[in-house]
Amino acid sequence: MNSRIIIINIIRWLLLLFVQIFLLKNMGFYDLSTPFIYVLFLLLLPFGMPNILLYLVAFGTGLTMDAFYDTMGVHATACVVLAFVRISFISISLNKDAIDDPEPSLSYMGFQWFSLYAFLCVLTHHLVLFFLETFRLTEIGYTLMRCGLSCIFTLLIILLVEFIFYKRTSR
Amino acid sequence: MRNLWIFISRYNAFFLFIIFFTIGVFLTVKNNAYQRSATLNSTNEIVGTAYERLNVFKRYLNLGMVNDSLAAENAKLKTKLLALTTIDSAKDVKVIDTNTHQQYTYLAAKVVKNSVTLRNNVMTINKGTSDGIKSGMAVISPQRGVVGFIRDVSEHLATIQSLLHKDTRISVVVKKNNALGSLVWGDGNFDIRKAFIKEVPNHIKMNVGDTIVTSGFASFPSGILVGKISRTNVATNDNFLSAELNLFNDFSTLQYVYVVKDKKAEEQKALESIAKPNE
Repeated sequence: MNSRIIIINIIRWLLLLFVQIFLLKNMGFYDLSTPFIYVLFLLLLPFGMPNILLYLVAFGTGLTMDAFYDTMGVHATACVVLAFVRISFISISLNKDAIDDPEPSLSYMGFQWFSLYAFLCVLTHHLVLFFLETFRLTEIGYTLMRCGLSCIFTLLIILLVEFIFYKRTSR
Repeated sequence: MRNLWIFISRYNAFFLFIIFFTIGVFLTVKNNAYQRSATLNSTNEIVGTAYERLNVFKRYLNLGMVNDSLAAENAKLKTKLLALTTIDSAKDVKVIDTNTHQQYTYLAAKVVKNSVTLRNNVMTINKGTSDGIKSGMAVISPQRGVVGFIRDVSEHLATIQSLLHKDTRISVVVKKNNALGSLVWGDGNFDIRKAFIKEVPNHIKMNVGDTIVTSGFASFPSGILVGKISRTNVATNDNFLSAELNLFNDFSTLQYVYVVKDKKAEEQKALESIAKPNE
């Protein structure tokens, strides 16, 4: 069971990063809305992971993205922030001892919980990402608009993917 | 001491967050500085190879368009060549004009990776140090004008900081009256077909439709086409004129670029960097 989860996560990592780098990197609506679907991997990591491992995985994933986007450190920082939001949100909204689901996916947690969880994580990730990328406050209006529109785009794709792989029997 | 450990381990999520966040921000800021030693980018072997593989398919799809533009350029060059070599029909010998000393040479390179959707866009080309490419060289595209500067170089690959980057400034002139300005992209407008000419002195008249070319003061040869002015009187908060221009170059369909090698670049740099005290 344990090795199965690891293999599933590795496959998910490869698949999501492949789609992100070779397909979604070339997409964008009027340079305003660019999706970052790879964060779904970090959202779906299993509950039982120790914090240090979670941060290391998030940082590593971010660095890989940075290598392909030529933005040293920007994605890595954004992913670390996402990991922090993920840990905080789960510890606030769920009772840690009573969790018996393997991972925080839509099919286990239900639409309401998952959509709020994904929204908060994606929003903070995109805020950090776009502000670090621009690195100046004079373009704040543009940056916020870009962040908001990209957030909607990313969330739409994440929910779409989750509904495609929805397992009815598990809930 | 024991209590401290208990405190840290209870709130380990927060402390780990601080550590990793600091590392990330440090990397970002260090990379933004002038002295970069970035190895983890698309000049990296693995990343570069991955992009190159993918590019094989893309190139095939664009073959027709590239062919057309190459043919058109060929014709233009042939015409120029005719003007340079005059055939004396009485003696039937070729005389090649060696009067003008050639300062610039072009090196053609293929774009392996391109991006236009970000705030700071970087491209990768398939030529590197083994072809004599150095950081800071100018890059232009066939027929259609400026592209950017070489940023990082590895043995067989190099990255270009394109015009669509917040740190790129190119010295340009208005063609009709040689008024100097600087070309920047993305101050309030992130259309990849538009850019701005800034810091033009106030007494200069610029009209819609004026052609902008490079000045030749920096690494670019003079007279490389940039664009046509589409809107004047752009409001800025300094005491200079600004104008918006339509770029001739379409960054989203770039396939081949020329790297400009300036033979006098090092001499010029050495001369200009001689430090004068009290200046």
